[in-house]
Amino acid sequence: MDWEAIGLKVGLEIHQQLDTRKLFCPCRSELRDEVSGTIVRRLRAAEGERGEIDVAARQTAERNLLFRYEIVPGSSCLVECDEEPPHEINTEALRIVLSIARHLNARILDEIHVMRKIVVDGSNTTGFQRTALVAINGALRMEQWEIGIPTLCIEEDAARKIEAQGNEITYRLDRLGIPLIEIATTPDIHSPEQTREVAEHIGMLLRATKKVKRGIGTIREDLNISIKGGARVEIKGVQELNMLAEYVRNEALRQLKLIEVAGKLRERNAVVHEQIHKVTHIFRNTKSKVIANAIASGGGVFAIKLSGFAGLLGKKGEDVHRIGSELAQYARVFGLGGIFHSDELPGYGITAEELNAVRSAIGAGSEDAVVLAAEKEAVARKGLSAVIERAKMAIQGVPEETRDPLPDGTTRYSRPLPGGARMYPETDIPPVRVNAVLMESLIPVEEYGAKIERMCAQYGLSREIARQIIRSWRDIEFEELSSMFPHAIAEIARLLTNTLAEMQNKKLEIEKLTVEHLAQILDAYVKGRFAKEGIEKVVEAFLCGAASIEEAIKSAGVEKLGASEIENIVRELYAQHPEISAKPNPESALMGLAMAKLRGRADGKTVNEVVKKVLTSNLQS
Amino acid sequence: MNYEEFLRTHNLVAGDRVRIQMDGGVLEGIIMPHHEFSAPEIITIKLKNGYNVGCSVESIRSIELLERAGIEVQSAVEHRQKEGLPVVSIIGTGGTIASYVDYRTGAVHPAKSPDELIKTMPEIFNIANIKPRILLSILSEDMNADYWRTIAEQVAQELKESSGVVVAHGTDTMGYTAAALAFMFQELPGPVILVGSQRSSDRPSSDAYLNLLSAVRVASGTDLGEVCVLMHEGPSDTRCAIHRATKVRKMHTSRRDAFKSINAEPLGYVEGEKIEITGEHRKRGELVYDTKLEERVNLLYFYPNMNEELFHAHFDRARGVVIAGTGLGHVSTKFVPYIREYIASGGCVVMCSQCLYGTVNMHVYSTGRALLAAGIIDGRDMLPETAYVKLMWVLAHARDKDEVRRMMMQNIAGEISERREE
Repeated sequence: MDWEAIGLKVGLEIHQQLDTRKLFCPCRSELRDEVSGTIVRRLRAAEGERGEIDVAARQTAERNLLFRYEIVPGSSCLVECDEEPPHEINTEALRIVLSIARHLNARILDEIHVMRKIVVDGSNTTGFQRTALVAINGALRMEQWEIGIPTLCIEEDAARKIEAQGNEITYRLDRLGIPLIEIATTPDIHSPEQTREVAEHIGMLLRATKKVKRGIGTIREDLNISIKGGARVEIKGVQELNMLAEYVRNEALRQLKLIEVAGKLRERNAVVHEQIHKVTHIFRNTKSKVIANAIASGGGVFAIKLSGFAGLLGKKGEDVHRIGSELAQYARVFGLGGIFHSDELPGYGITAEELNAVRSAIGAGSEDAVVLAAEKEAVARKGLSAVIERAKMAIQGVPEETRDPLPDGTTRYSRPLPGGARMYPETDIPPVRVNAVLMESLIPVEEYGAKIERMCAQYGLSREIARQIIRSWRDIEFEELSSMFPHAIAEIARLLTNTLAEMQNKKLEIEKLTVEHLAQILDAYVKGRFAKEGIEKVVEAFLCGAASIEEAIKSAGVEKLGASEIENIVRELYAQHPEISAKPNPESALMGLAMAKLRGRADGKTVNEVVKKVLTSNLQS
Repeated sequence: MNYEEFLRTHNLVAGDRVRIQMDGGVLEGIIMPHHEFSAPEIITIKLKNGYNVGCSVESIRSIELLERAGIEVQSAVEHRQKEGLPVVSIIGTGGTIASYVDYRTGAVHPAKSPDELIKTMPEIFNIANIKPRILLSILSEDMNADYWRTIAEQVAQELKESSGVVVAHGTDTMGYTAAALAFMFQELPGPVILVGSQRSSDRPSSDAYLNLLSAVRVASGTDLGEVCVLMHEGPSDTRCAIHRATKVRKMHTSRRDAFKSINAEPLGYVEGEKIEITGEHRKRGELVYDTKLEERVNLLYFYPNMNEELFHAHFDRARGVVIAGTGLGHVSTKFVPYIREYIASGGCVVMCSQCLYGTVNMHVYSTGRALLAAGIIDGRDMLPETAYVKLMWVLAHARDKDEVRRMMMQNIAGEISERREE
């Protein structure tokens, strides 16, 4: 696929949690499972600074949602509950963001104003996210290209979604308020692979401050993707670096498909009809379980006509990107769990006769598509109204929207792109004048290239190994462990690269391993309790369920044997293999057997001495 | 140069859209009014992406006017009246239940028009036909006895035509105003409900919505003939508590459920459409009111090491003093003789407790007994703030010292509880 030819433009927005106390209160930035209470709230669409009500906010508010917030002792306080005004901004966090901004040659603003960005999906108890623009006009210089960094912001993370049931969503307040640095790029990224590389480079830069959180969920990426003739679509909340390329690829393909279908619809003069027809009577004796259940519980079947859409909605299994799914996703957001459409019918228990009866009832010919909903009337009508809206957009082309990433690399509709009228000043917090005192307290950030050079020089590593360690984001652990065990550098490097990769291949949860665990293993190793080969075995034993490193060492069976134990084993072997004495080189033969048995638990030199001893004593007897 | 001079020199005002060439970048956006805590050399620009940024005058290489500030027209909401619905008056006095963001000060200010609030709460029109009126637009810390009287007069006016009156008020001194109204209105043809919000109404999370909605329900849907305060009962947006005006106090600086009934249970609760009036209450009757108050009354908060002169100063030219004493109702023994003299010369002293919870009882310890012997009036379990307002009203109506004592110790508007279970 020639991405440049289709005009693929990708902008990245990276949100990384900082490793400090929270941004507007001194709570710990720690996710925990201890919940001490719950509060229940509703949010209202409020007016923005200039009198308008934000489109996305209104849509969410119209869904009449109820939010439950879980309170976590130590990680949330009255500020997170929106029961106390925010404290002044966390200067340590601000300093980290300023340091990155300076490193990216961005223009740091003279005075930083905290704003309220309206968010009424419940993920902020206040109904807004506190965010501030810190610097503009930066640039990321990589080997092959330079990417513009138009903005750097500091903002608070949102509460964690725990559960969503119908109208009620439960959030946990531990994550709310954790400081985030937001780095946005210009849409100068033109391929899926480039997206991944840029994201990786920015990630390495952030880690170089040593002040960002590590682990799953601490970094989240938003993608802004468009192609020529398409529209700007935002994919929010991608957590895995390796999936970025896939999301970009699929979104480009999705937009291509939508443009293609829009063209065909216009050729056919397609029209979307506003009328919602009640067709319950047609399905009185239907074999479709879904419809029968809906009718039995007091609902009905409703249909709309999309003239000229026949064959263009798509069929599951045949087309990956289908208008049909777009319609269904819109309906879902408005409370309608599922729809049926004529491109996939007959099917799902709905017969050709039933479909034809509907066609007659609503005047839909063979060129026209029919969309059905089986639900309580109010729900069905609301959902089908949303389908009508989306179908109209399908004739125009690609709608601008925000989409959620799905695990398989595709996305689904989330909400409209928020409008501009949704930010106003956070009047509880005074602005921060960026002065010389603040600028002098910034932290230096080590550039990637310089870091490789230093690690090679300092630790005697090859460039390849140094690169591997940095790119797998283990450089901090490497430097920590190397300072503790300066004579085991090679083993540490191998452990952090090959061994962990091997464990991942075996699908073991390497996140369980902390630096403390690794230090314990290395400590036992340098004390001579087991040989080099034992390190990997101990790691594996620990990840397979040993309760502690000590236990892992035991269950891995790698502990070096003492001299007398070695001697017993060698003697036993000798007794079991009488043919050895007849061999031309009995020492070599016995060594072979002994090392095979003792592999990892004794070093060659010691075994050799014991073998010599055993042979000599036997020869003597 | 500061921002003002700079704008004047360039003939620019807040609202103008400009392009600024800074050292290091370009800013394009609308000039915002100066923030009170912004440095004097800073100009604030709202960028297209919505962010406000501060740009120092010194950083500006050039500034270009792109578009003059336009005049914004606010659309008014028509008050839709529905047949058969009761009429409820909403009187605005200021406070964050009806507020908007003022960019000059960076703080929240009371709204000038009730439409600004009601526009965001259309469901209120399904419960009652609303008669809104902005009476005052002040922060509640600026309340005084004149304003209390003004509010009372307006409430009386409204009660002639409405089934109930809701008074929107700042939370800081809402308890005082509520108590004043409770003493001024001896009988009411409908409920008078004071309501406020701890989180300003410009925020999506504001408690204003549930509070105001619930207040309108109570104003139109109950037989209450009392003054009360209605606010969130807990941190959730589920239930509101209806507090008797003379027993309620703001007990937290910021929580939604800051208001608590002290030494009493709330009168009732509102949960969604359901209203539950649990306590004994006065029912709708005639309209009988009297707003006279004696303003030369002091509230004295006693503390160890209190300077004698400063203690005495509270009594100068005061006709009465309410003391928030310690524990069961005590002050330092060294002040007892002064109190005796003051009472002997015609003044009134009422003892309440700064513990707030519990009743005063000056029989238990010697200091208390000495105070009683000196002629002090037992404040029972009244809140000091409520007793202060009550004394103002009583002194304006009692004919002599004995009547003052009698009225202070009598339960006029529910301010004294006979018994406490907590």
